[in-house]
Amino acid sequence: MQVPLSWYLIVAAALFCIGLYGALSRRNAIGILMGVELMLNSVNINLLAFWRHIEVARGTLTGQVFAIIVITVAAAEAAVGLALIISAYRHRKTVDVEDMDLMKL
Amino acid sequence: MGFWNFVLNFWTELGAWVGNVLSGWGLPPWAVNLIADVLGVLVLVVIGVAAVLIFTPMERKVIARMQDRPGPNRVWPYGLLQAIPDAIKMLTKEDIVPEKADRQLHMLAPILVVIPSLLVYAVLPWGPRIIGQDLNVGVLYIVAISTIHILAVLIAAWGSDNKFALLSAFRVVNQLLAYEVPMILSILAVVLFTKTMSTQGIVEAQTLPYFLVMPIAGFVFLVCALAETNRSPNDLLEADSELVAGYMVEYSGMKFAMFFIAEYVNMFASAILLSTLFLGGYKFFGLENAAPVLTPFIVFGKASFVIFLMLWFRATFPRMRFDHLVGFSWKFLVPLSLVNLILAGIAVKIPVADPRWEPWVQGGVMAIASLVIIAATAWILNRTARKLEGAPALKRIVAAER
Amino acid sequence: MNVSQGVFILLSAVVLIGAAGVVLHRNLFRAALFLILSFVGVSGLYILLEAELLAMVQLLLYVGAIAILIVFAIMVSRQLMSPQFRDRNEQWVGGLLVAVVLFAVLAFILLQVNWPTAEAAVPEDAIAQLGQALVEGDQFVLPFEVASVLLMVALVGAVIIAREK
Repeated sequence: MQVPLSWYLIVAAALFCIGLYGALSRRNAIGILMGVELMLNSVNINLLAFWRHIEVARGTLTGQVFAIIVITVAAAEAAVGLALIISAYRHRKTVDVEDMDLMKL
Repeated sequence: MGFWNFVLNFWTELGAWVGNVLSGWGLPPWAVNLIADVLGVLVLVVIGVAAVLIFTPMERKVIARMQDRPGPNRVWPYGLLQAIPDAIKMLTKEDIVPEKADRQLHMLAPILVVIPSLLVYAVLPWGPRIIGQDLNVGVLYIVAISTIHILAVLIAAWGSDNKFALLSAFRVVNQLLAYEVPMILSILAVVLFTKTMSTQGIVEAQTLPYFLVMPIAGFVFLVCALAETNRSPNDLLEADSELVAGYMVEYSGMKFAMFFIAEYVNMFASAILLSTLFLGGYKFFGLENAAPVLTPFIVFGKASFVIFLMLWFRATFPRMRFDHLVGFSWKFLVPLSLVNLILAGIAVKIPVADPRWEPWVQGGVMAIASLVIIAATAWILNRTARKLEGAPALKRIVAAER
Repeated sequence: MNVSQGVFILLSAVVLIGAAGVVLHRNLFRAALFLILSFVGVSGLYILLEAELLAMVQLLLYVGAIAILIVFAIMVSRQLMSPQFRDRNEQWVGGLLVAVVLFAVLAFILLQVNWPTAEAAVPEDAIAQLGQALVEGDQFVLPFEVASVLLMVALVGAVIIAREK
């Protein structure tokens, strides 16, 4: 009846790789951030798939808790990342990461 | 006797009858379930959209009376059918897309704005077991789905390629996110008391309406509902006199009608949600047990009362300034609802020997504590206002008044 | 093939098409909308995994907060969205190669491993258990509190960084 665990893992791996490609190939800082968010999502799919298929039978909840922590960290990351991007845009009028090669504003 | 039983339990009987007829046609069980579900969805959508037909005349009439004018009175009777010619007018207007607009996004936004508003109806309870789907995360579902509304407005603003629309989009993020936080905090206080997130369970757990138990949460929720549904005095997103119509400025005809429908559907949904969370939902002094057939009408009556309150707000308060609006949320509503949440957390931990008395003791403690907090808030506000009396700007205003 | 497998394939298609849109679309605003599509699909996958709470949190936080912040940031820096803007850097071929090779390796490994799966029904009070686990002294209270401190720090930091002087 159920969907096999490996299907979830394959989809999550595909999502991770697409996100990785996005993070590596975009010039725009916001685009890179979006790639990173995709990668975090794929990790969460994995965590919940492992929870459903392995942990439920054992009665533990580590996967769900881990997923919640990951979502929290992703929220913090997005907030700080976008603040940095907006600040950089304000000072240098660009969000192209290749122009941000000085360690000062 | 059998007839009366049939009338009193009409909705249950109706459901059973539909099921019987469908199985009588020789359909397999899954097809019966599917057809029954589709019928249920249709009924919910029709109810949602019918709210527009009911509440536009109500709004125009009520506000007209409050402003001492007759309001629409041409379309028979008493102008109550005004919504129909309005709808025909909308349908026959020209459909305009701005030349430089992003065409696809411009078209996507009106659709996207209606969908989440209607999806919310899936978990709003109309009676015991008269509910689209009793999710165990019902309230969270409502909050989560309504955030798509922000997105739709952002797309509308971006897709129109208009300065006013873009200004409105910047306000959307600010206002709707600011008011989502106290809204969720006040819902959380209710969830702490009911120990369930299912909307049905919340109604069942309310022995006395939570409006009496936690007036602070009820007040915060009402204000947030006004801001979330973008109703006056919090309608800063479309503020006619500042932004023309905000994100809707480039929409005409049927596309504008979609935004219009979504506003009323949203308003009705949040009125039902407020009556579910704070006014006892479909319960009304035991009437729901004596005559289950009346429960949808009880819900409708309570929701209409809430909408009347919203109209009252609209007719009597001037529109807020934007920084005041956002500041009011972050500096006043959020701390207040946090205090309320902490109180609720303490109140539900009070040990009561007899489970029958539990809601009364805990509710009573919560109610008294809430009153204390309200008094303290009033005192602090009063003191701040006193201090302001000496402020030069205020002195000038007072002098000008004289 | 049964119903839930069909639903899974549909949702995975939504997730992956959305993700592809995110990394490939030239218009950054559209890319962000594809990101939201992908998030909604992931939320659907969570429902399929019977983690309703996480599905709703996903909608609330990713769609309602993170994605909207991203769209907002794009609107703020909108002068850069001109069609002439090159949004792919010189290393995109290498990036593509790395991603494809990584996926091949991962898929190969994932299909080789014999996972110790066990069928069991999700308990009725899974959400209540999760809530307990997050605040119970001998379970996850420490990560939970650290996460809340992290959020606080991030919030204050974001305000300080983004505030105009």
